[in-house]
Amino acid sequence: MRFPATLAAPLNVIPVAAIERATSILFRRVMKEHPHLFVRLGEHVGKRFAFMPTDIPLVFVVSPAQPSICVARRTPAPPDADACVEGPIVMLLALLEGRCDADALFFSRDLTVSGDMEAMLAMRNALDDCDIDLPRDLSALAGPLAPIVSRVAESIRQRALTGEVGRWN
Amino acid sequence: MELICPAGTPAAFREAVDAGADAVYCGFRDETNARNFPGLNFTRDELREAIVYAGRNGTQTFVALNTFMRAGDEEIWYRAAADAVALGADALILADFGLMAHVAEHYPDQRLHVSVQASASNVDAINFLVDAFNAKRVVLPRTLTIADIARIAPKIRCEIEVFVFGGLCVMAEGRCSLSSYATGKSPNMNGVCSPASHVRYRKEADELVSELGAYTINRFAAGEAAGYPTLCKGRFDIADEPGYAFEDPVSLDVMGEIDALTAAGVSALKIEGRQRGKAYVAEVVSTLKKALSAKPDDRPALLAHLRGLSEGQKTTSGAYEKRWR
Repeated sequence: MRFPATLAAPLNVIPVAAIERATSILFRRVMKEHPHLFVRLGEHVGKRFAFMPTDIPLVFVVSPAQPSICVARRTPAPPDADACVEGPIVMLLALLEGRCDADALFFSRDLTVSGDMEAMLAMRNALDDCDIDLPRDLSALAGPLAPIVSRVAESIRQRALTGEVGRWN
Repeated sequence: MELICPAGTPAAFREAVDAGADAVYCGFRDETNARNFPGLNFTRDELREAIVYAGRNGTQTFVALNTFMRAGDEEIWYRAAADAVALGADALILADFGLMAHVAEHYPDQRLHVSVQASASNVDAINFLVDAFNAKRVVLPRTLTIADIARIAPKIRCEIEVFVFGGLCVMAEGRCSLSSYATGKSPNMNGVCSPASHVRYRKEADELVSELGAYTINRFAAGEAAGYPTLCKGRFDIADEPGYAFEDPVSLDVMGEIDALTAAGVSALKIEGRQRGKAYVAEVVSTLKKALSAKPDDRPALLAHLRGLSEGQKTTSGAYEKRWR
């Protein structure tokens, strides 16, 4: 499933600083739930990892050593990162949760990787072992509305994955 | 018939157990096993927890120590064997005769399996390992036909395990030097085939170009299914025609031959893929588990969708049927 263009379009005008602030809150929440997320990176923990959705005009660069996440508008120039992975946002999120197999997505050409392959492989394995569940992990940010937010997020994920990742898993 | 399943991380291990594996095989986070990839494998503590989890579910844990000891550094492998035994591994999967001798001498009660990396492919070789090191099971190299296996089985004094699904090596297991030739590192000595540190991908017009060290391995046209960047799966110009010199980028699938393998004397079926994600492990293990109890006519439909998970999105019966060109 590609992210609908009509929903992606506003991301061209919303200030990047605002998007980065929101993304950082979500990132910190995931790190709080999974403090050992980057242990498997070992010697690669100091590197920078770019996640480049092909269907939204943004690039997310994760620096595990801090840990922090930066957001930038997508440009033709390669991002300032040691390793990059490109693919539809749904698949990148599914990879983050270990709900699809990165090798299978590579074989099917849905995913493109470049840069430091050793570092990217370590990141793939770190994510795969971490049992991240975004609806569960992020819903706590909604306070008393957490159960509702979690259910809605799970429903969205279910629909997105049934169309795409469901082909493999 | 046992189903032996791969796990590269504790999460994948739990998925394999939950999906119904009879045994899960895994390795330590070092060069003592043939899947020594960045971020993969188990610490001692992780293996301890995994063995407990498996035990609670009636699943066995096999520990792969299936690389060849480096002269002068044998202690790394001896320590790994000692730790695996102490943690309660149900079997050690070994390739190096020296390590087999060490385990047989120091841990005579420990169950020992002969790794595919040992390339034990005939009656004399297998019975030698049984007599010398009390090997209880041999994982046969993927060089034999089902008829070959049937001829070997009644003459050997141990169980037979064969690979039925997953990545397929060029047929020189334990002896392949292609990765070493291109990168200086091999699965046999370092636990890495085509180490990621030597792999590069780049786009060239519409093509995806994969490179290993100084070698271009393949150029995939837009939309063409891709494969691993290994020399054995490389597409090279041969007499001015591009083609796969060693083997095509495909995966093994002989689950359609379960009955023939059973009749041939096989007692365990192995899935390759410790380097794969937990989603792959869960899907393949649960599907193959269903296939084992399904009627033969129902198996193709069950197994068909696994092709999409495979290298090159294609599968082959490989040497089991020897139908290649």
